[in-house]
Amino acid sequence: MKANLFFEWLKSREGIYYLLLALLLVVVFPLALDSFRLNMVGKYLTYAFAALGLVLCWGRSGILSLGQGIFFGLGGYCMAMFLKLEASSPENTAIQSTPGIPDFMDWNQLTALPWFWEPFHSFSFTLIAVLAVPALLAFIIAVAMFKRRVGGVYFAIITQAIAAILTILIIGQQGFTGGVNGITDLRTLMGWDIRTDEAKTLLYFVCVGMLFVCLIVGAWVMRSKLGRILLAMRDQEDRVRFSGYDVASFKIFVFCLAAMFAGIGGAMFTLQVGFMSPSFVGIVPSIEMVILCAVGGRNSLLGAIYGALIVNAAKTFFSESFPELWLYGLGVLFIAVVLAFPDGLAGLYRRYVMPLESKLPAMLRRSASTAPTLPVEEAK
Amino acid sequence: MFADYSMPELMSIFAMQGFAGLSLFSIFVLMALGLAIIFGQMGVINMAHGEFMILGAYTTYLTAQVFESVMPGLYGGYFFVAMILAFVVTFALGALVEWLMIRHLYHRPLDTLLATWGLSLILQQTYRSVFGAREVGVSLPDWMMGSIAVTDLVEIPINGLFVMVLSLLIAFAVYLLMFRSGWGRQVRAVVQNRPMAEAVGIDSGRVDRVTFALGCGIAGVAGSAFTMIGSTGPTSGQLYIVDTFLVVVFGGAQSLLGTIASAFTISQAQSTMEFFLSGSMAKVLTLLFVVGILMLRPQGLFALKVRR
Repeated sequence: MKANLFFEWLKSREGIYYLLLALLLVVVFPLALDSFRLNMVGKYLTYAFAALGLVLCWGRSGILSLGQGIFFGLGGYCMAMFLKLEASSPENTAIQSTPGIPDFMDWNQLTALPWFWEPFHSFSFTLIAVLAVPALLAFIIAVAMFKRRVGGVYFAIITQAIAAILTILIIGQQGFTGGVNGITDLRTLMGWDIRTDEAKTLLYFVCVGMLFVCLIVGAWVMRSKLGRILLAMRDQEDRVRFSGYDVASFKIFVFCLAAMFAGIGGAMFTLQVGFMSPSFVGIVPSIEMVILCAVGGRNSLLGAIYGALIVNAAKTFFSESFPELWLYGLGVLFIAVVLAFPDGLAGLYRRYVMPLESKLPAMLRRSASTAPTLPVEEAK
Repeated sequence: MFADYSMPELMSIFAMQGFAGLSLFSIFVLMALGLAIIFGQMGVINMAHGEFMILGAYTTYLTAQVFESVMPGLYGGYFFVAMILAFVVTFALGALVEWLMIRHLYHRPLDTLLATWGLSLILQQTYRSVFGAREVGVSLPDWMMGSIAVTDLVEIPINGLFVMVLSLLIAFAVYLLMFRSGWGRQVRAVVQNRPMAEAVGIDSGRVDRVTFALGCGIAGVAGSAFTMIGSTGPTSGQLYIVDTFLVVVFGGAQSLLGTIASAFTISQAQSTMEFFLSGSMAKVLTLLFVVGILMLRPQGLFALKVRR
C-alpha cells in the first residue's frame, strides 16, 4: 500500500521533478564531469543544505536568518575537529614540542588539548555534535528572540551580529581554533584517506544522499499541517496566534531545523574540501546563502538546490575568468532577484515553462512519430 | 583583571582609553545618525550605508588632491569645501537609489536588506576599479595637527577632538531638522501614519526620497570626517556596518538621544576593554553584551512609545 502510494507520487509532476534532480546529480554529473569538477559540484551542494534551511525558515515562515553561515561553520568545525585530531596522532606530530595535539595549538604554545576538543576523539560524538551544536545555539537564539516576539528586521540584524561575533572569536582564539587559517591539513576519516579521487567521488555521493534526506524532510514539513501553519504565520502572524497556536514554538522549531540542515552542509563541506576556515562562517557567506535561496526561489526546495548550483558555478566561472566582474554580477543579482523576480527561478519556471508542460502531452500525441522528450531540467 | 593595577593607575587608564574611544564614538555617531534616520524613520535597512560613507571619504580625498595641486595656499580650508561636496554627492546618489530601487520595496523591509547589500557590492567594486584596492589618505591641514595635553598622561589629538565636535554638531543639526522644523514634522507624520499624512496633503513619496537622501548625505559627511582619523579603502565602510546597526538598534531605532547614548556606551566599553584584553576579545564581549541586552530588551534603550 505504502509502496503504491510512493510510485503514484513518483509519477506525479512533483515526483518527476525530484527524479530529474536525482538523475542530474547521481547520473549526469558523475558521468559528465571529471573528478575535480565533481568535487566542486559537491562543494556547491553543501551550500544547498543551508539554502534548503532558508527556504523553510525564510520563504515558508518569513524569518530571514542572516546566520546560516554560523551553523554551516559550526557543523563544519565539529567535523574538522574530529578529522584534525585523527590527523595529529602522536606519531604524525612527533616533531612538535607537545606531540599528539593539532599543529596550530603547538605553534600557539598550548601544551594540552583544551577540554572542549576532548570529546571529538569519538566519531559518534562528532556525528551527534554536527547536528546538536548548531541546533543548540539556534535554540538559544530562537528562544530568546521569538519568545519576546522579536522578528523581521531585528532578528536579521541580530543573527548577523552573532555571525560577526563568531568569526571574530574564531580568528581571535588562534590557539583553540586555528585562527584565520582555520583547521587545515585534514587527512583521514577513521583511517580512510579522504584526499584521494575515489574518496572524493564517494563523498560526493554521500553528500547527494544527505541532500535528498534533507530535501525529503523539508518537503514533508512543507506538506504537513505544520507547514501550513508556518505559511499562515508568515502572512498573518497575529491571526495564527489568536487561533490558539503558540507561534514562538513553531518559529523555534523551523529555525533549529534550518540550522541543522546548515550544520550537515558544513560537515559535508569539511569532508569534501578538506579544511574549514572562518571565511565560511561570517557575514558575507551567510548573506550569500540567502542569495542562493533567493535566486532559486525562496518558496521552492528544489529551486534552492538549483540556485546553489547555478550561482556557485557562475561564481567559479567569473572568478576564474573575469574576477573584476564577479562582484558587479553578484550585486546586480541581489538587486534583480529582489526587484524583478522575487520568486526566483522557480517562479519563472512556474510562470513560463509549466503552461508549456501541460500542453506537452497533446503535442506529443500529435507528433507521435518523434521520440518523446522530457524537459531536461526543472528550473534552468 | 583589575587586580594588577593600583587605583590611580586604573583611573588614568580609564581616562586614556576613554579618550581613545571617543574617535570610535565619533564614527559610530556619524554613521548611526544617517542609519537611524533611514532605518528608524523609514524602516529601510540600508546595508550600503558604509559605502555611502566611503563615497564621502573618497570625495574628500579628491577635493584634497585638487586643492593641493591647484591652490595649495587655501589647503587649510579644503575640509569645509570637501564636506559640502561630500554631502551633495552622497545626497544625490541617495536620491537616485531611492528612486530606482528603494521606493519599490517599502512594504518588504527584508528585501531592502538584500537589494542594498547588492548595491554595496557594486559600489565596493566600483571604488576598487576607480581608486585601486589600496587605502588612500589625505594629509591633514596644519591647524589640525598636534594635540592638547590635559594632564601628564592624557593627550587629546586635535583632529580627534575636531571630529568629535563635528559629530555632535551634526547630531544637533539633525535633531533641529527632525524635531524643530516643518519638514521634520512631515517626516514623523509619515512614519506614524502614512495614509493620514497623505490625507492632510503631505507628499509622502517626496518625503521618503528626501529622508533617504538626507540619511545618505549625513553618511557622506561622516565619510568626510572619517578621512581625518583613518585611511580610506574600498571595504572600509563594511567594517563598521554591523556595529552601527547594533548601535542604532541598541539605542532604540527611533530615538536620536538613544543612538548617541548607545554609540557612547559601545565605543567606550570596547575601548576600555581593549586595554585589558586583546582587541578581538574586547569586540566579542562588547557585541555579546549588546546582543544579550537586546534579547532582554528588544526595543532598545530608549524606546519611542507610539500607538499602533
